[in-house]
Amino acid sequence: MKAVETIVIGCSTGGPGALARLLGALDHRLPASVVVCSHAASSPHTLCQLLAQHSTLPVIEACEREPVRGGMVQVAPPDYHLLIERGRRFALSIDEPVGFSRPSIDVLFSSAAEAYGAGLIAVILTGANADGAAGLACVRRAGGVAIVQQPDDAAAPAMPRAALELAGADHCLTLDEMAPLINRLCMT
Amino acid sequence: MNPVALNLSGIDPELDDIELNLFVSAMRQRHGYDFAQYAPASLKRRVYQLVEQHHTTNISTLTGRLLHDPTFLPQVLEGLSVPVSDMFRDPPVFRALREQVLPALSVHPRITIWQAGCARGQEIYSLAILLEEAGLYDRCQIYATDFNDAALRQAREGIYPAREAQAWSRNYQAAGGTCSLADYYSARYDFIKLDQRLRRNVVFADHNLVTDAVFCEAQLVLCRNVLIYFSNPLQNRVLAMFRDSLLPGGFLCLGLRENLALAPAARDFEALDSSLRLFRRCPEPVHDHEGG
Repeated sequence: MKAVETIVIGCSTGGPGALARLLGALDHRLPASVVVCSHAASSPHTLCQLLAQHSTLPVIEACEREPVRGGMVQVAPPDYHLLIERGRRFALSIDEPVGFSRPSIDVLFSSAAEAYGAGLIAVILTGANADGAAGLACVRRAGGVAIVQQPDDAAAPAMPRAALELAGADHCLTLDEMAPLINRLCMT
Repeated sequence: MNPVALNLSGIDPELDDIELNLFVSAMRQRHGYDFAQYAPASLKRRVYQLVEQHHTTNISTLTGRLLHDPTFLPQVLEGLSVPVSDMFRDPPVFRALREQVLPALSVHPRITIWQAGCARGQEIYSLAILLEEAGLYDRCQIYATDFNDAALRQAREGIYPAREAQAWSRNYQAAGGTCSLADYYSARYDFIKLDQRLRRNVVFADHNLVTDAVFCEAQLVLCRNVLIYFSNPLQNRVLAMFRDSLLPGGFLCLGLRENLALAPAARDFEALDSSLRLFRRCPEPVHDHEGG
C-alpha cells in the first residue's frame, strides 16, 4: 500500500468538537499532514486556537503557496476555497461558494485526490449538509482511503449519511475509533 | 462544485493534463489569451465547470468548439475569470483605506487609482463611495480594468441582485460608512442599481494582466484576490508591473490572504498593514527583477 502523505478532514455543524476529539487522539509523531475544512467556525482564529488546545500536532491556518507540511494540522481560512496543487502546496480561490459553502469540502477533497492519489486519507465527520460526498467519491476513485463517521455517532448525521450514499466508505466508524485506525495506517 | 464536474475529475490524470494543455494552447494560439501560468488546480476546476455547463463530453470537445465556433469565446472567458465579489468585502480593509490611505492621497491635486481585475465592479463602487465621502472624488481618475468584457459591461451598469443589499449595507457600516448604503442605489424589483454618478470619473477598460503592460502612473493600485490564481512567476511579474505603475510611496491593496513570500518584487514594497495586505511602494526600487 502507498504510504499516507496527507489526511483531509471535512465537517460542518458540530465539527469543532468532533475535530478536537479526533486531533487529540492522533499520534504526536504522525508524519503525514492533516488538512481541515470546516464550515462551522465563526472565526478561523478561534477554531485554530480551540484545536491547538486539544491537538497533539501543531495547528496553523493554511497559507496560499506554502507547502503542505507533514506533522502539522492546517486549517482552511474562512471565505476562500482551499485547494492542494500537485506540487503539494496550498492554493486559495474565491470562486462561487459550492452549495452555499466556501470553503467547500468537495473542492479540497477533489484537488487533494488529484495531488495524492492513493496516498490520501479523507475523513467526513459530523455536518448538516451534503458537502464532501462528491469529493469523497473522487478520493476513492483515485485510490485513496475514505473514512466516514457513523451517522448515529455524529452530532449532525446528514453529512456522513450523504457521503455514505454517494461515495461509500472504506471504514465507517465512531469518532473514537478513527484516530487508532489513522495512526495505524500512517505509522506502518 | 457540481457532481458532474467532479465525476470527470481524476479518472485519468495523465489524459486530463494532455487535454488541459491542448485547451490552454488553443486559447493562446487562436484567441491570444494566455492561461499557461495560472495556478493549475483552480484553472482545471473551472475548465471542468465549463465542460459541465456546456454539456460537452470532455475538455477536448470544449477545445474543438472553442476553435470552430467564434461566438463561444466570451462564454469561455466568463467561465475562466473571477467575477465574484461583494461591496466592501473585508470591511477592515475599506476602513483602513478610508482612515489611512485616503488622507495620505488628499495632499495630491490629482489622484490616479487603478483597480486591476475589477470584475463586476462591486469594489469600484465601494471605492467611489469612500472617495465621495472623503471629498476627494472630483480630483480622481479611476481606471477599472478586467480581461472579461462581459464583466466590464456589468460593472458599467452597476446592477446587482437586491438580496445582496443587506449584507453589503452591513459591510459598508462596518467599514466606517457615514451615510446609508441605500443613499447610493435605487432598488427596483429584485435588483439594485448603483448611482451612476459614482462612475463619472471611472474608465472601464479591457486590460489583461498576463499580456498587457503598464499604462498609468497611480497613487493607489487595488488588486484583490486576483494574484491567488497566478503561479509564482506570473504573480511576481504582475507585482513588478504594479510597482512600475505606482509613484514612489504609492499604495498597493491586495486580498486578505495573499502570500508574497515567494515574489522577489515584493521587496520593493513595505507593509503599511501586513495583516490587511496594504503596502507602499518603496521610494526607489531596491532590486532589479527584470526577467524575473
